[in-house]
Amino acid sequence: MNAPATEPTRVRAIARDGVTRVKLQARHVMETGRRKNELGLLVPAHYVTELVVTHNGRVVLDAAFGPSVSQNPYLSFAFAGGAPGDTVSVRWRDNLGASRVDEATVG
Amino acid sequence: MDQARRVALKAGGAWGVLSAFAALGLMTPAQATAARNDVAFDATSMVAALRALGVDAPTPSDQIEITAPEVAENGAMVRVAVASALPGTALVALLIDRNPNTLAALFRLPAGTEAAIETRVKMAESSALTAIVRAGGRFYVAHREVKVTVGGCG
Repeated sequence: MNAPATEPTRVRAIARDGVTRVKLQARHVMETGRRKNELGLLVPAHYVTELVVTHNGRVVLDAAFGPSVSQNPYLSFAFAGGAPGDTVSVRWRDNLGASRVDEATVG
Repeated sequence: MDQARRVALKAGGAWGVLSAFAALGLMTPAQATAARNDVAFDATSMVAALRALGVDAPTPSDQIEITAPEVAENGAMVRVAVASALPGTALVALLIDRNPNTLAALFRLPAGTEAAIETRVKMAESSALTAIVRAGGRFYVAHREVKVTVGGCG
C-alpha cells in the first residue's frame, strides 16, 4: 500500500508584543467513514488523527482529532514568545498512516 | 505476515521513530507528545467519551467561553472557539453531544500557549457543544447550543 499523496499545510505565524499568533490549515479530506458516494457505497474513514505545532523545536500545541473536525482542518491559537525569523513547524498524521511536516518562518 | 509488518512499519514512518526516541529518553519533554486516546475518540456517547477521558463530574465554569454561531447553515463547517480564563489550563477537549463520534478534538497546551483555540467542526444535527477544560489538576465544563440547518456529517 503506497501512502496517498498529501498537500502542504498552510501556516502563518506573526510575532507581535511578545506573542506569536498562528493560523494554519492542513489539506485533508477528513472523511468520517459514514458518507456514501454517488454509487451508494460508504467512503472509508480517512482523517487526521494528530497534529503537533512546534516553535524552534518546542511543542506549542499538541492536538488530537476525531472525524468531526472539518475538511481541511483549520486552527488558530497563540503562544508566548517567538520572534520574526523563528521557525514554526506543523506535522500531522492520519488514520491511514500518512504524515507530513511543513514549516513557516515567523513574520 | 512479514509483508504486513513491513507495511505497518513503513506506515508508522517518522512518528514511529519519534515515539522510539521518546521511549529511549532521547527527546526532551518539550518535544514529546501525548499518545492519542483512541478509546475516547471512538466513543459514541458523552458518558463513554468522558469516562475514557477520565473526567468525572466536572465543575461547571463561567470562565470557559465557547464561541459559535447560534444558527449554523452548513453543518460541514461550523466555526468554534474555546477560551478558558482558568489559571493553569493545560487541556481543552471539544465534544459535540449529538455527533456520531462525540469527541471532536483534544488540545494539550504547554505552558506559554494561550488557552484560546479556534477551529472548524462538522455537526450532524442541532446539538450542544461541550468544552471540557483541565486546569490545576481539576476538570471544568461549559456548554453552548448550536442549531444546524443542514447537517454535515454525511
